[in-house]
Amino acid sequence: MVTRGFSSGRRPPTDTDARIPPGQYLEQGFPVLSAGPTPRVRTEDWSFTLKHGPRPIKKWNWAEFNALPLTRMTRDIHCVTAWTKFDTAWQGVLIDDILADAGIEPPTAFTLAHSFDSYATNVPVKDLVAGKAMVALLYEGKPISPDHGGPARLLVPHLYFWKSAKWLNGLQFTERDEPGFWELRGYHIYGDPWREQRYSGDP
Amino acid sequence: MSEAVAALSPWQTAKIIRIEKRTPRVTGFVFKLSRPFVHQAGQHVDVRLTAPDGYQARRSYSIASAPESGGTIELAIERLDDGEVSPFFHEVAVVGDEIELRGPLGGHFVWSDSDGGPLLLVGGGSGVVPLMAMVRHRVARKSSVPVALVFSARVWDEVIFRDELIGLDNRRDGFDLVLTLTREAARRPEDYSRRIDAQMMMQSMARLPEPPRLAFVCGSNAFVSAAAQALIDADVPPGLIRTERYGV
Repeated sequence: MVTRGFSSGRRPPTDTDARIPPGQYLEQGFPVLSAGPTPRVRTEDWSFTLKHGPRPIKKWNWAEFNALPLTRMTRDIHCVTAWTKFDTAWQGVLIDDILADAGIEPPTAFTLAHSFDSYATNVPVKDLVAGKAMVALLYEGKPISPDHGGPARLLVPHLYFWKSAKWLNGLQFTERDEPGFWELRGYHIYGDPWREQRYSGDP
Repeated sequence: MSEAVAALSPWQTAKIIRIEKRTPRVTGFVFKLSRPFVHQAGQHVDVRLTAPDGYQARRSYSIASAPESGGTIELAIERLDDGEVSPFFHEVAVVGDEIELRGPLGGHFVWSDSDGGPLLLVGGGSGVVPLMAMVRHRVARKSSVPVALVFSARVWDEVIFRDELIGLDNRRDGFDLVLTLTREAARRPEDYSRRIDAQMMMQSMARLPEPPRLAFVCGSNAFVSAAAQALIDADVPPGLIRTERYGV
């Protein structure tokens, strides 16, 4: 339905259109969204635990985790609230390198990412491995600020950004695709921005 | 299966049936829904505008009206000068225009009188909008749940829903309004003239008969960060605080 009096005069330049998923707009800033207050996690209190169901596989403290290979990823990110930001520059540890350090192959096809504030979000293993995702430790070369999920956040840039859990403290392999916090509250179980999978009713 | 689920919140047309200037920068738009729904106070809708060449812009707006408002919803839209959607509403839209929207959306920043209280609401600027839905829901349900609303605005004339809120405050029926103006002197004896801090939170909570069961904080990111920290400093457990942030 064409909206009377609305024109595309404010749309971004054409050469960037191919990078903007349907229904998104280009944002220059970096908006902050979260369901509750920003937890202040000190790196001395920080840890990351890899689990299979309830069973811990391996746990790293901050120093141990930072000793893992660091990889750079510069990616466009897409928030379900309709902003897209180009070329966000992160450094962190690929999920592949975490699994290698733990000496395991993924035991199931699904995961739940867990956070210090009890947030959780589900991401299939296939979306985490083969260089697709990392646990980010730096944004634009500096430690990630608490508002943006520091000390460490998940980065799964090809899915809507609520999947990139802030204040990450663990990754848990699950037997089934179990919905996380927002997925239990009306958001899409998978969240592909290019298929505009925002809410649970979307195809 | 997917069609049945999609039917939960499909795109629908909605017609503007009333426009009310709320403040110099905020205007309320009341829409009649072509497919009426009953929302929960605090939820939002996504609005979609389509240009003749097919370009679409969409934004999320919180619902200001109570769930009991029967087939209509009010959105209070702030004018953003560099915006794409809000200038349409402020410069183009008139009563009778139709736009597309879907909803209701969001399942965390919501409150119903059956959730109980007391409730502490903290809003900055247009962040008051979803809190207003909660306040109006309380009125519509004739609920006795104690509610304190701390509302920060820059100046008196930017206090959205001011007359309605002060009218409700004057009923003394368990709803307490605390205004704080950051760029003007306070107008009422119970109000403040500074940014939100822990002391203001403690004094506002003292108006409730017991500590809040839930706190809802909504506004810009900077506002929500500061207000949530003030609540934590006032000994509100972080797990009771729900936040919603607007913009950058």
